[in-house]
Amino acid sequence: MIRFLIKGLLRDKSRSLFPVLTVSAGVFLTVFFYCFMQGVIGDFVRSTAQFNAGHVKIMTRAYNELSDQIPNDLAILGAGELLAEMRESEDKMIWTPRIRFGGLLDIPDEQGETRAQSPVMGLGVDLMGKDTPEIEILNLEKSIVRGSMPKGKNEILISEDFAKKLGVSIGETATLIGSTMYGGMAVYNFKIAGMVRFGMVALDRSTVIADIQDVRSALDMSDGASEILGFTPNMMYDEEEMTELVKDFNGEFSRKEDEFSPVMLSLSEQGGFGEYFNMAKSMGSIVVLVFMFAMSIVLWNSGLLNSLRRYGEIGVRLAMGEPKGALYRRTIAESVVTGIIGSVIGTILGLAISYYLEHVGMDFSSMMKTSSVLLPDVYRARVTTTSYIIGFIPGVLASVIGTMFAGIGIYKRKTAQLFKELEV
Amino acid sequence: MKILIVFILLFSCNSLYAGEITGNEILKRIDSNYVSENRRSVSTMIVKGRRSTRTMKAQSWIQGEEKSFSEYLSPPREKGTKMLKLGDELWIYSPSTDRIIKIAGHMLKQSLMGSDVSYEDFMEDNKLGNMYDAELKGEEFMGRRNCYVLELSAKKDDLAYHSRKIWVDMERYLPLKEERYAKSGKLLKTFVITEVFKVGGRWYPKKMVFKDVLQKGSGTEFIIDSIEFDVKIPAHVFSKASLRR
Repeated sequence: MIRFLIKGLLRDKSRSLFPVLTVSAGVFLTVFFYCFMQGVIGDFVRSTAQFNAGHVKIMTRAYNELSDQIPNDLAILGAGELLAEMRESEDKMIWTPRIRFGGLLDIPDEQGETRAQSPVMGLGVDLMGKDTPEIEILNLEKSIVRGSMPKGKNEILISEDFAKKLGVSIGETATLIGSTMYGGMAVYNFKIAGMVRFGMVALDRSTVIADIQDVRSALDMSDGASEILGFTPNMMYDEEEMTELVKDFNGEFSRKEDEFSPVMLSLSEQGGFGEYFNMAKSMGSIVVLVFMFAMSIVLWNSGLLNSLRRYGEIGVRLAMGEPKGALYRRTIAESVVTGIIGSVIGTILGLAISYYLEHVGMDFSSMMKTSSVLLPDVYRARVTTTSYIIGFIPGVLASVIGTMFAGIGIYKRKTAQLFKELEV
Repeated sequence: MKILIVFILLFSCNSLYAGEITGNEILKRIDSNYVSENRRSVSTMIVKGRRSTRTMKAQSWIQGEEKSFSEYLSPPREKGTKMLKLGDELWIYSPSTDRIIKIAGHMLKQSLMGSDVSYEDFMEDNKLGNMYDAELKGEEFMGRRNCYVLELSAKKDDLAYHSRKIWVDMERYLPLKEERYAKSGKLLKTFVITEVFKVGGRWYPKKMVFKDVLQKGSGTEFIIDSIEFDVKIPAHVFSKASLRR
């Protein structure tokens, strides 16, 4: 019977072409939007974890309350001991200390007076340690566009756009003016070793990266750290595993009565990321529902037009004794075939453009000049296993639903009037 | 009839009193008590943070409202740090880096040495009368001192605080308490004089507590260890060259 239906559809193109085109277009958009949203949200989560939140983050309770103000006076003291403990007790995780700091970066002239000055966001990370994971986590070596990685004391990396703004070049001195951990004035000279471009406006605007030991000297934070980040070994965030780890850690170390006791937060607990995760999870369903609804309406309309065009054919079939139910079911079977064909075509097209955008990406940098969120300038799609099948759900369902509604007309035909209608 | 006469007398006395002094005249008296041609002082600043308390000592030379020069004497990390204010410009010298850094723009909002005072507060014109219009709102006791209550509103848009409420000692013309507000009406900082002393014929604050109410912590205490008025200050003190000296 299926062969019969396919033959009918192939021979009578006016019966199949429009539904197949509609389903193809809808499935193409479904697959493309799904892959694109997966890519955008995936990039956002990855970059946020790498540069800001980790998969888990340890801070003091007091620091956590005001973390957006970077209150280093409330940072972890004795970070070395805590880090060693975490590396021992959770040896499968990657643990690394960081110091975030803000202030001014001041570039001196020949007399040592201010030549250029601008607010700076700084990151003190382990650059010099043996087997440090930070160079890989932050993708530093690949991000260098000029100069080299810091090799000596007090050498820093500066974002290229920021360097251009300050008119500073490799080898020049840059003075950090900020606050020490104890609230005093921190004035510290660094030397620019390299320039980096992360491809994220929020980072490329005004960031410097220095070795954590140098930042500790600058900010009087001996053995201190703003935060200790933890990453899974495969760098993939696992919500369930991290939630369990957070529960165990906080049960053991965190005490409500001590504002300087450490507290651990998972990525989804920081900065409303839980909502993003939920959004990412439900994105597939949302896209499928939207397109299924839209396509159902279009295909319903197309089915109604088809019913008018095939009015005579249906009348003859009914007059020859074909039961209304069988006719209705065959029409639906036809719609399953058109739905599958349209879904295959739409999925192939959707995957093709998604694979292309996975490699090339779309540059939105001009729209994100003032962004403070860690989002990449270039958005890329991401093709997953679900991408191959997600289009079939709206494709086939919309085709069937549209036909089901349109086909109701079959039951409204009156056998007694058929011959009269056929005479006309 | 007698009651009516007493009432009229009382009313006219009150009107006479009200006409006697205005808010702006009180500001003038505060300014004339505070400001001198030259002064030299040694002060201690105690910053009470959430985790620790830091004590810093500084020596300052001040000429009128435009010029001031300060050198930090302790603790060791801050020793030798110097600040020069000339008009609306501020430079800081850091001995550890041998750098003279101009503090401008965004940085002026930052805390001075981790205290509750910002560079902007430090740069402020000493004369309240130059910055604000005052309205006398009434009288209140601050401890045992009877005070005028004034509401100040900014004459210019670029001031750090759009309005202030001050409690002025009626006898000594010292603002014993101050509340500083943003344009939105939000309270930003408070300032309380906890001890006064008489020096050179004028009453002057000895101990003060400055509190940034947006920050946790117990505020910053200032203590004037010594102060001399109308001293001779060589002109070279107020030059950038003196920062490296």
